[in-house]
Amino acid sequence: MPLIFGKSGEEFEVTTIQGGKGFLKKLMEMGIYSGIRVRIILNPGNGPIIIALSDTRIALGKGMAAKIIVRKLS
Amino acid sequence: MTNALITKGKTISVALAGNPNAGKSTIFNALTGGRAHVGNWPGVTVEKKEGRFKYKEYEFLVTDLPGTYSLTAYSIDERIARDYVIKEKLDVVVSVTDSTNLERNLYLLVSFLELGVNSILDLNMADILEQRKVRVNTKKMEELLGTPVVMTSATKKAGLNELKEMIIRSKDRKIQPLRIDYGKEIEGAIKKVKESLSGVNSPYPVRFLSIKLLEGDVEIIKEVGELGYERSVESAMHEGSRLEVGFGYDLETEIIERRYGFIESIIRQCVRRVPTIEEKLTVSDKIDGIVTNKWLGIPIFAFLLWATFQLTFTVGGIFADFIDTFFGWLAESSAIWFASIGAPGWLSSFVGDGIISGVGAVFVFLPTILILFAFLSFLEDVGYMSRAAFVMDKAMHAIGLPGKSFIPMILGFGCNVPAIMSARTISSEKDRLLTILINPFISCSARLPVYVMFTGIFFKSNQGVVLFTLYMLGIVVAVLSAKLFKSTIPKLKGPVSPLVMELPPYRIPTLKGVSIHTWERGREFLKKAGTIIFAGVILIWLLASFPMSSEYASETTLIGLIGKFFAPLFRAAGFPFWQAAVALLFGIIAKEIVVGTFGTLFGGEGALSASLLKYFTPLSAYSFMVMSLLYIPCIAAIGVIYRETNSWKWTTFITVYSLVIGWVMATAVYQLGSLFI
Ligand SMILES: Nc1nc2c(ncn2[C@@H]2O[C@H](COP(=O)(O)OP(=O)(O)O)[C@@H](O)[C@H]2O)c(=O)[nH]1
Ligand SMILES: [Mg+2]
Repeated sequence: MPLIFGKSGEEFEVTTIQGGKGFLKKLMEMGIYSGIRVRIILNPGNGPIIIALSDTRIALGKGMAAKIIVRKLS
Repeated sequence: MTNALITKGKTISVALAGNPNAGKSTIFNALTGGRAHVGNWPGVTVEKKEGRFKYKEYEFLVTDLPGTYSLTAYSIDERIARDYVIKEKLDVVVSVTDSTNLERNLYLLVSFLELGVNSILDLNMADILEQRKVRVNTKKMEELLGTPVVMTSATKKAGLNELKEMIIRSKDRKIQPLRIDYGKEIEGAIKKVKESLSGVNSPYPVRFLSIKLLEGDVEIIKEVGELGYERSVESAMHEGSRLEVGFGYDLETEIIERRYGFIESIIRQCVRRVPTIEEKLTVSDKIDGIVTNKWLGIPIFAFLLWATFQLTFTVGGIFADFIDTFFGWLAESSAIWFASIGAPGWLSSFVGDGIISGVGAVFVFLPTILILFAFLSFLEDVGYMSRAAFVMDKAMHAIGLPGKSFIPMILGFGCNVPAIMSARTISSEKDRLLTILINPFISCSARLPVYVMFTGIFFKSNQGVVLFTLYMLGIVVAVLSAKLFKSTIPKLKGPVSPLVMELPPYRIPTLKGVSIHTWERGREFLKKAGTIIFAGVILIWLLASFPMSSEYASETTLIGLIGKFFAPLFRAAGFPFWQAAVALLFGIIAKEIVVGTFGTLFGGEGALSASLLKYFTPLSAYSFMVMSLLYIPCIAAIGVIYRETNSWKWTTFITVYSLVIGWVMATAVYQLGSLFI
């Protein structure tokens, strides 16, 4: 499912990232790529979200978050 | 210390490179004993910061670079960092990493190693690893990476001597570029491209060039093309599409994933984690829960903004008045002094009307600007600014700009010059350009005196409302211009770049940090704006003084003639007299000069209000204010637009555009108003 549908506090593993090359690359270089674990810190439901990559917090636009496909970890 | 005293071979040049918030500036300060700002907003270290220190018999020359994630440059500050590492002949590059997020932090180091840069891996934030009982086998890591590894804890000043020793020991190391195994197919492609590159004369390793060509790195493609190896570029493109068709994956992505695969295997072999520590909701996250909340986010932001302006203008105003009085006194005293020694009138006028009022024009801005910067630096150092960009992202998207553009817009209410400079952290070139182009319409504090003068005379009973409409008009024109430019100028078309931004943890800023930061920006303003405003003042003085037989700034001087020439243009806008044209012309130097000019032209402050009532009606006063609001911000803004866009084309475009918009709007106001009144 796309990351944007995740709720605050849930944890996921990134499976694939869709979308344009430039931003895909930028995301990967910032540490978001398939296999990595992310946790949603804040998803207000209508706008950008904040995720955690270990100790780092990253703000992601809604569009970006919709292109990151994840699998929920229980 | 002068360069002559440094013995050759005893100076070691070192750069600190790494991701934003890895601790580069903290290490820099710990090594050099301060003198550089410790930032919190990703990309705040826009200019390179240099410092020196001595250790043993060596003199270290250290540079603190802006944060960057990779060798691909997305924004200006990332480009600065990359070019510095690649182009400078540095002895050692210290790759500062946040050990709590090694995967991503090692990515940059791996890129350096593939490039054959002599780098040291500095595992910073070791104290946090300690706390979590995470062990790193640095010996093993050194072996696997083929590069020295040290652990530091910059905030606790631990491990710094080891770092210095390591720098000394590795400064003359023979470097072999790191070889990552990209797998059979990609290696085959690398080999093909390498063959086509044989004999190339480039500072980069050939393998590195080949990989970058396969990755489609725009700048390497350009460089290789310039060396006459277009066929290698073609070969890489051919190999790329062959792999994509044959194996169904995207080559660029695959290469990056292989690199992460390499990094993950190193981490697996060298880092022993105590079974996953459950991530706690940190204090920072709790604060974020409030300040970025769906309902509270914007009100909190609006309040902080309101408080900032309120305080800036109350406190700044006191100082500004004081400085204004001081320069007035200085000009008078100099006139008296020149008269007492019998100096020629032109000299006295040059010093008084030219130099002193010129310097004064710059200094009057300074307190307000420094205070505004102090507040903004505070918000930035606390870590709030990136949250503001987050909160505003959605609203900004609606007008075709990313959330990050909001900060330059806010700064614009203070002064357009630093506002335009602050657009540097926007990584998309078209978003940055658009942000710069609409900034002049945000009504800066220098325009306020003009409004105050006219509303005080013509709109006594509803001064506040009139002021508000003017500020709103500026915002509306900025927003509509953004929409217009975006839909008509090909270079600015396209979707808004999505938000991807690191949010640094909140922390309590230090007084020292905030003051250094404030001064750094203030100095930049003084340097850049100062020279331009000053030159402008001298020019206007010359125009207002010749011919010498006429009285200063009177109808028969050059400026009077120019004023008369332009005056008819403003007939439709309701103020077709030469004084108004001259005031607008003077206003190009700095908008508040409009007020001073009317003062001079209408014979002093006292007579001013009576004269203005004779020349203006409330309607034409309003249209004059609209013109003042919208036309060219000032010479300093033009200068900074040129510096930041590096293009006379855009600078001219926005100058002309703002003149036209100002005239059209002023005329529309006057003409429509005349129908009703
Ligand atoms: N716990 C801990 N915090 C650190 C260490 N080094 C830096 N920091 C903190 O990390 C944050 C970012 O540091 P800074 O030097 O501004 O990072 P830069 O963006 O790389 O220049 C600051 O809040 C520092 O106080 C360290 O070794 N241990
Ligand atoms: Mg820094």
